[in-house]
Amino acid sequence: MAVTNVLIAGVGGQGAVLASELLALAAIAAGYDTKQGEFHGVAQRGGAVFSHVRFGDQVFSPMARRGEVDYLVALEKLEALRYAHFVRPGGTIIVNDHKVEPIRTADRRPYPDDAIDFLRTKGFNVVVLHATDTAIELGNHRAANVVVLGKLAECLDIPDDVWDRTLQERIPERFRELNQRAFAAARGQVASR
Amino acid sequence: MSGNEAIAQGAWEAGVAFAAGYPGTPSTEVLENLATYDEVDAQWSTNEKVAFEEGMGAALGGARTMVTMKHVGLNVAADPFMVFPYAGTNAGFVVLVADDPGMYSSQNEQDSRYFAKLAKVPLLEPSDAAEAMALVQTAFEISERFESPVMFRTTTRLSHTRSIAAPGVRTEAERRKFSRRARQYAIPVYARFRRPELEKKLDTMREFAEEFEGNVVEEGDPTVGIVTHGIPYQYVKEVAPNATVFKLGMLYPLPEKRLQEFCSRFDTVFVVEESEGFIQQEMAGFGILNMTGKDRFSNIGELSADLVAAGLNGTPVPSDLAGEVTILPRPPVLCPGCPHRGVFSVLRDLGVLVTGDIGCYTLGCLPPFQAMHTTFCMGASIGTATGFHKAGEDRVVAVIGDGTLLHGGLPSLASAVYNQVPTTTILLDNSTTGMTGQQEHPGTGHTLKGNDAPSVDYEPLVRSLGVEHVEVVDPWDIDSTQTAIQAGLDHPGPSVIIARRQCMLLPAEKTKEHVHYWVDTDGCIRCEECMETGCPALVWQPDIDRPSIREWECVGCALCAQMCPVDAIAVGEGA
Repeated sequence: MAVTNVLIAGVGGQGAVLASELLALAAIAAGYDTKQGEFHGVAQRGGAVFSHVRFGDQVFSPMARRGEVDYLVALEKLEALRYAHFVRPGGTIIVNDHKVEPIRTADRRPYPDDAIDFLRTKGFNVVVLHATDTAIELGNHRAANVVVLGKLAECLDIPDDVWDRTLQERIPERFRELNQRAFAAARGQVASR
Repeated sequence: MSGNEAIAQGAWEAGVAFAAGYPGTPSTEVLENLATYDEVDAQWSTNEKVAFEEGMGAALGGARTMVTMKHVGLNVAADPFMVFPYAGTNAGFVVLVADDPGMYSSQNEQDSRYFAKLAKVPLLEPSDAAEAMALVQTAFEISERFESPVMFRTTTRLSHTRSIAAPGVRTEAERRKFSRRARQYAIPVYARFRRPELEKKLDTMREFAEEFEGNVVEEGDPTVGIVTHGIPYQYVKEVAPNATVFKLGMLYPLPEKRLQEFCSRFDTVFVVEESEGFIQQEMAGFGILNMTGKDRFSNIGELSADLVAAGLNGTPVPSDLAGEVTILPRPPVLCPGCPHRGVFSVLRDLGVLVTGDIGCYTLGCLPPFQAMHTTFCMGASIGTATGFHKAGEDRVVAVIGDGTLLHGGLPSLASAVYNQVPTTTILLDNSTTGMTGQQEHPGTGHTLKGNDAPSVDYEPLVRSLGVEHVEVVDPWDIDSTQTAIQAGLDHPGPSVIIARRQCMLLPAEKTKEHVHYWVDTDGCIRCEECMETGCPALVWQPDIDRPSIREWECVGCALCAQMCPVDAIAVGEGA
């Protein structure tokens, strides 16, 4: 199988790395050669975090090339803009309609509230989820990463039972049920496009 | 598993009995993973030099040993590293060094490969997790074969990339007997005998490099020849899958004859390496002229498949969309409730010159504080402050964390006291090694293995050095913190202010129920004083032109409430 390229981006603390780790584990369990490379800076929280997951017959580079990503998964709107140039023409961007204001810049430039509309004008297949709202309804805003992952899983060639096992094995028991519900929440729903 | 997990697994399989290191991104997880094996006595040491020396003792004493550090840590350990090869090791000794091209979490971009050449020791570098797991076991064999320390280099991309690797079983290494041969270990008169021995050893290593199985030629297109190593090998395979590739697993010493033979087959050979042109320079030293490298692949920053493609055949690298849409930067910030925030708010108001150190608190140099004016290396803050005093600055404050003080700050503090320089040092005691992920250290009361340990008592410690003015404050209390720092500055001799509060990312803090604050929008006068805390829980709401507090982020430090001149920020649920 040709290599599938996924890029998961978010704000430090949103769980982008955990989501990509779950995807990588599921891809390995499904029998693919897999690499997952994560990028984060000095601090624990608040900075931009992103992670590449590549799987297929044989994977070399741990990061996808620019213009080669099949699925960009953004846990925050501004982060979708930051990495959109990695997405191939006609590729899919799954974006959580959620805004985390960064620390104000010196020139106080406003947050790009038109992020989703802009991405649509670029010809990407934009799938919009309200994953943070869904996660809050489920009991914890931190589960938004797994809500989005559930939507991504619909697009990928990884069997459901592999996902079930991956969540079972990787998520600590006290958070497991929450994450299982989060993973199922967005699946089958018709997201706004 | 990640590169770091694979290195730990490989070291365990090789029978490592003792492991020591100091946390430093991207090396940290190697030792953290080694600590999970019962058979490995793994420990955080106070700094990399100490770890290296403890490791030397263990290896000489006959136990297979690994010491771990990031690139700048090797600078700290350079003293023993340069001398150890003269004596040579007994049991296998591998120093794991993780470089950080691109400076994701470092203050410099340093190609540590030169250290191996300087120390005259073998240097190995893997290209993925599976190779790392096997190669680290080879490293121990090479170490014992040549009775030499071996340097094992990774980079951020290798350390933090997960790929498939199949774990094996452990082979116990028998403890080797130490013989007391003074002529091997001591004083210049003996070292002069050892010096030619080291060159002889290097010659045998050069012969070994010619045979070494980790240096592999992958045949392909007979017109395209590439010499590469480590992670850049993966980029080469990605963008030039058909090329003939000489992949080096051992980067020092290099296989001179094989490289000459390889290069003779091509018009021009591409040398694809990250950071400096280390391999290229060595090859030039062998008299190889038909190669191109650093003129195509920058020595600045991290390589990528895109950049390798651009260097090999001029493929343009697509740029981001910042020209078409606002992509605001999202720099890292201090966490909500971070104890450093109060200290930097005060330092900003005092307008003093602040010499900084290494930790999350380097973020104090960024807006909205801009209250840290120098940062160099572990422990530099106090010495730099002393120097500024010598140059005539009279209001200088050194800021240093608890782990960093123990790592490298104490000698500078002793020097300041000894020379009676009226330096004010703020010890940010958050009871952990925060920036690298909350590791234990001699001040935390626990070991890497999770056992209880004595913890350093900082007040008597600094008093015993001769600091007469010592005061402890809670950095969540702005007024007390300001008063204490001012008193320290006013004191005519050296002073130490201990700002003590736990890191908010420690488990005890993360699981605690916190009170939350809220903004009374009717009372708010839009002065924006609260926004100057730089707290990520505070967000300016353009629609109402006032701030609000994200309840789930607020941990109730009340710093913003203390800054508010009209008491419009209050504890509770809000309206």
